[in-house]
Amino acid sequence: MREKRPIRYALLVASASALLAFTSSCVRKSEDSSVRDRATRDGILLFGNQGEAPSIDPHLNTTINGMQVTNALMEGLIAYHPTDHNLPEPGVAKSWTHENATVWTFNLRDDARWSNGDPVTAKDFLYSVQRVLEPDFGSNNAYFFYIIKNAKAYNEGTLTDFGEVGVKAPDEHTLVFTLNGPTPHFLNIIKHQAWQPVHPPTIEAAGGMTKPDSNWTRENYVGNGPYKLKEWVVNKIISVEKNPYYWDAEKVSIKEIHFLPIDDISTEDQVFNSGRLHYQNSVPPSLIPIYQKEGDPYLRMEPWVGTYYYILNTTIPALSDSRVRRALSLAINRKAITKRILMGAPTPALEFTPLGIEGYTPPQVEGFDPNKARRLLAEAGYPNGEGFPRLQLLFNSSETHKQIAESVLQMWSSILNIKADLQNQEWKTFLETRTNLDFDIARSGWIGTWAYPDIFLNMFISGGGNNDTGWANPRYDELIELSNNEADPTKRLALLHEAEELLLAESPIIPLYHYSRVYRISPDVKGWYPKLNDNRNYKYLKLEAASPSP
Amino acid sequence: MLTFILKRLGQAIPVLLAIYTITFFMIRLAPGGPFSDERKVAEHILERQMEYYGYNDPLPVQYFRTLVQHIKLDLPPLTSHIGLTAQDIISESFPVSLELGLWAMAIALMLGVPAGVMAASRQNTWLDYTPMSLAMTGICLPTFVVGPILALVFGIWLRWTSVAGWAGPIDRILPSLTLGLYYAAYIARLTRGGMLEILNSDFIRTARAKGASEFRAVVVHALRGGILPVISFLGPTLAGLVTGSFVVETIFQVPGLGRHFVLAAVNRDHSLILSTVLFYAGLIMLANLAVDVLQVLLNPKLRYK
Repeated sequence: MREKRPIRYALLVASASALLAFTSSCVRKSEDSSVRDRATRDGILLFGNQGEAPSIDPHLNTTINGMQVTNALMEGLIAYHPTDHNLPEPGVAKSWTHENATVWTFNLRDDARWSNGDPVTAKDFLYSVQRVLEPDFGSNNAYFFYIIKNAKAYNEGTLTDFGEVGVKAPDEHTLVFTLNGPTPHFLNIIKHQAWQPVHPPTIEAAGGMTKPDSNWTRENYVGNGPYKLKEWVVNKIISVEKNPYYWDAEKVSIKEIHFLPIDDISTEDQVFNSGRLHYQNSVPPSLIPIYQKEGDPYLRMEPWVGTYYYILNTTIPALSDSRVRRALSLAINRKAITKRILMGAPTPALEFTPLGIEGYTPPQVEGFDPNKARRLLAEAGYPNGEGFPRLQLLFNSSETHKQIAESVLQMWSSILNIKADLQNQEWKTFLETRTNLDFDIARSGWIGTWAYPDIFLNMFISGGGNNDTGWANPRYDELIELSNNEADPTKRLALLHEAEELLLAESPIIPLYHYSRVYRISPDVKGWYPKLNDNRNYKYLKLEAASPSP
Repeated sequence: MLTFILKRLGQAIPVLLAIYTITFFMIRLAPGGPFSDERKVAEHILERQMEYYGYNDPLPVQYFRTLVQHIKLDLPPLTSHIGLTAQDIISESFPVSLELGLWAMAIALMLGVPAGVMAASRQNTWLDYTPMSLAMTGICLPTFVVGPILALVFGIWLRWTSVAGWAGPIDRILPSLTLGLYYAAYIARLTRGGMLEILNSDFIRTARAKGASEFRAVVVHALRGGILPVISFLGPTLAGLVTGSFVVETIFQVPGLGRHFVLAAVNRDHSLILSTVLFYAGLIMLANLAVDVLQVLLNPKLRYK
């Protein structure tokens, strides 16, 4: 037996040492607890940014995570206010005037510079507007510009002379927009990244303004924002550093921002917990009550300008009757859904337009009322659900969507005695099915690009591109049209209110809840205020050590 | 040997062509396109995008154009990463997946082979039962369970390692371990089986009778033959480690090719799907060829067959 021992020991030691050598050689025990602290000391903001941005070209990007980056690299005429999403914060424009909210004149500051030192001029903005509207460029953001006179015609190719589009640069520091009609919230609209300028020589050197897959964003990013691009490794990091040429560089406190594309929310939660992030973009829903119970000091839950709703295909016979649609809405206990499935983070929605928009109190549908729901269904010819066809409820793959759908089906079954089936599809298939109106009832959601009711209500005009309900109402179209031409902000909102009342009374949609932003942020980050649009002006953020890592 | 290698490489061409063809038509049959979005794209914009990326041409034209582009390694632009081609993505992210795969392979071999040899040489003792029970547990536990547990224990509780990222050496630990432990379990069982067969053979009995030490009998004489099943397993293992690490890459935010592979399908980025499928197919073929060559080198009998 004696000669067997060396083998046993040798093998045991080999196994153990293999594991230990690999782990212990790389372990730096002291590092992890201080990654965030060290970043705070070094002035580096560690920013959890969902997934990889498909582009950081402000004229091509349509994603929120891409926009988080472009907002650091670029600056439009109007920037985001640090605390209030409604207030205009001067960006490249130092002042502005308007005539009847239709002709807007912006005076650009003299000291605005691109990150290569070139001055930012009105002609750069003119070039940028033309780029977005060029038919050959094919930008998904072009429709944001359709409020400009003749912009839509130019983008659709029916007008070929850009000189007839309602934007002019009479001199280097003046830009004039002529709009189709009065737009009192124009300053809010042009905060969006699509209105940020690009550097014409850079775009021309990379293939010209109509090249839709230009690689200038990878190889030579020239921006005019508070930060400039430092590094972009796909799926790993986008890092930006202070732009010394930025006109307000003195105000920029944070030296670098590291945008980390962490698409798995459980992983992001672990990364935050291990002290490697200042900002965690999303919190797994199952952990929200735990963090709440623990009194987690990093957790924040804030309203967001968005609504989760169901759309009803009004072209199928059973759903063509508004009484049926209202009955389906009345039979849903929204509070139960937000409390039991969404852990209380979002608020139940009886209105389509989210709450909190300045000057606008949206109308509401009637809340949970089983008796009235049954009565309306009976009036529509389906007493106690008899004769009602078996419908399908379509949603895209997600555990939360599934739980909500199951809950709604159970409510309809127990209250209205009608049966429906779940129909689950992956994202792209789901989009195609919904667009083709090849469904009965489907999940939907809408986040406002700016905080104004039109971004929600314009969707449902007859034949509207995002109106996947088949619903059409001339009066509704008229109200939207009237509101678009109304210069008086109060009257304009009143018209939109009336339109929303009509939309809710007809119920081609069933609002379920308003989105909320649930995220975690280190108290080291100063100047981060709740915003309905969840947008940031990074130059107002600061990093100061406030507490030890969790 | 050279003839053998050239013959195998020649066989790969029709296989790759078949894979390309099947993939091309399967992705075109899938509902939803690369430009469909939650916010509807205007018809004229969609038309322009389709035109630019070549989707308006007849399908056979698209098929042959893309084929030629792949042969010439002049790949079309991606729809999910504006300004990049599949070449950029593969050249940037494959080295990461390869490194992760090699670390995992090293762990799998360093743990699996000694554990299997020990179990075989001490059959039906606790030194056999313990590693084999652990191996069975390792095989049964999927990486999406092991990964978060390791991250929780070593990353968050003990703070010995990072829980995600791919910056420094410390970031390699958990993803490599998660992947490696799974394959170590398989390798341990394969090694044990191979070793048991050899240890019971006549030439080992003869070696012992001639006075060879137990260490020499097991490690020098038996291991060479007993390791052959593991060698056969290495090709598919390496291919699996490099190509099948999507879950681990997601859990630990490793910027490897596995994530691109799956996200390309989700985003209907046809160019990226085709390129990665072809790349992985070629890789698997090469890995299998390498294993066959290695087996011939280790087992002279195969050379004469």
